[in-house]
Amino acid sequence: MASFWEYANPLKFMRTTDWLLPVVAMAALVVTAIGLIWGFFLTPDDFRQGATVKIVFLHVPAAMMAINAWAMMLVASLFWLIRRHHVSALAAKAAAPVGLVMTLIGLITGAVWGQPMWGTWWAWDPRLTSFLILFLFYLGYIALWAAIEDPDTGADLTAVLCLVGTVFAVLSRYAALFWNQGLHQGASLSVAPGTRMDWAYKAPLYVSMTGFGLIFVALVLAGTRTEIRARRMKALVARERMA
Amino acid sequence: MMPDLGRYAMEVSLAYVASLGLLAVLVLWVWLRGRAVRRALDEFEKDRRGHG
Amino acid sequence: MSALLIRDLRLALRAGGGFGLGLAFFLILAVLVPLGVGPEPDTLSRIAPGILWVGALLACLLSLDRIFALDFEDGSLDLLATAPLPLEAVVSIKALAHWITTGLPLVLLSPVLGLLLFLPAEAYLWLILSLMLGTPALSVIGAFGAALTVGLKRGGLLLSLLVLPLYIPTLIFGAEVVSRGAQGLSVATPLALLAGITAGAVALLPFASALVLRINLR
Repeated sequence: MASFWEYANPLKFMRTTDWLLPVVAMAALVVTAIGLIWGFFLTPDDFRQGATVKIVFLHVPAAMMAINAWAMMLVASLFWLIRRHHVSALAAKAAAPVGLVMTLIGLITGAVWGQPMWGTWWAWDPRLTSFLILFLFYLGYIALWAAIEDPDTGADLTAVLCLVGTVFAVLSRYAALFWNQGLHQGASLSVAPGTRMDWAYKAPLYVSMTGFGLIFVALVLAGTRTEIRARRMKALVARERMA
Repeated sequence: MMPDLGRYAMEVSLAYVASLGLLAVLVLWVWLRGRAVRRALDEFEKDRRGHG
Repeated sequence: MSALLIRDLRLALRAGGGFGLGLAFFLILAVLVPLGVGPEPDTLSRIAPGILWVGALLACLLSLDRIFALDFEDGSLDLLATAPLPLEAVVSIKALAHWITTGLPLVLLSPVLGLLLFLPAEAYLWLILSLMLGTPALSVIGAFGAALTVGLKRGGLLLSLLVLPLYIPTLIFGAEVVSRGAQGLSVATPLALLAGITAGAVALLPFASALVLRINLR
């Protein structure tokens, strides 16, 4: 395996992902299918929540990836700003739409779950509110990328936005916590007394979390390849015009 | 072999359909955009080679 | 430094500089809300803190794109970037000028609008204090957004999409101060957090704004 820094070379990245992407994509498909089928067909109903407990196998992995995608964008932005790692900047760009959709899935499954459990589709609970705010941050980040012509300027500006946005997103999270104490239960996998999850649910949940993680990796790899090609295309067109 | 979802059948199936639908749209978007960009680039490079 | 401040203030105050636009917007909002939700004093006095804070936020947003846009177009921003004055200071002064021409008038106007919205008597002090503490953060954060979008042709709409999420913590704590004040509760915690956000933003964000401006001027 070559060192991480060698993948700053787009050619090297393309050559590796040529075989890596299909492998990850297949793994993502298989693992997610196992997790969701296991969760949907083979888990017992919860004595309090009934069949709605099956939504957890979508809700928790999507919510987890929504946050992890932003964290990955943050790290990738830092690599770009500090070391001018070109592929890293493009990977951050490719991750944003995936994170956006994961956030949306988290919100929708949460609403569908909240309806029978809390009697409402939406509540201004700190967790829900923070997720909505995260959604807005994704929108802004994507919109800024879309608005800028020059790829390197775009990478720089969005990277700074990502750093500043992270600080404010965390602040918003605590502000929302302060503003309204919520309905939402604590983290589903924490070992708080009385809310401990049974292994019958935990096992498929872990599988589907892995599956969502693999989906994310596969989509980011595919998106990064596209961005590399788009960047090359832009450079070629610009060179043509100069000549 | 649908499991019996009881009174929450609507909610649970809605959550699964909506999530899988969104994921499918995302995958399709990534794939189609990737294909379009790849074709455009291939065309461009072939053109350049053709005309010297 | 003071020369730059005076120049910016003059530019904002002369005809067509957009001064007063934010104020007029703030006033219109305070008129529209009762027309929308109905004239009952109970309802209005309950939502007044939130409306006034959201109004101040939006009014502030209106004039943000002017912070750098004019100087960018006529090239004086390039001059400022190469001047001996560090760009961080330039950004801070421009944010200060924006605050003096937008934030400060909003603070002064807010009690009058509080009257229109039946804001409880105990809350006036907290309204003025919280806006006084919070609006500098709005100008500094806004200057960052303006620096990000300065090179773009239609940056105005994008600017609001980028800046409004960054305003959320300020809004939450600011409105919380006023509504706690209105209910006669202790306001110390949200007030301290609001002051903390403003202090942090004023101290750190100019560095990010200057970095972004340098990228845009490249």
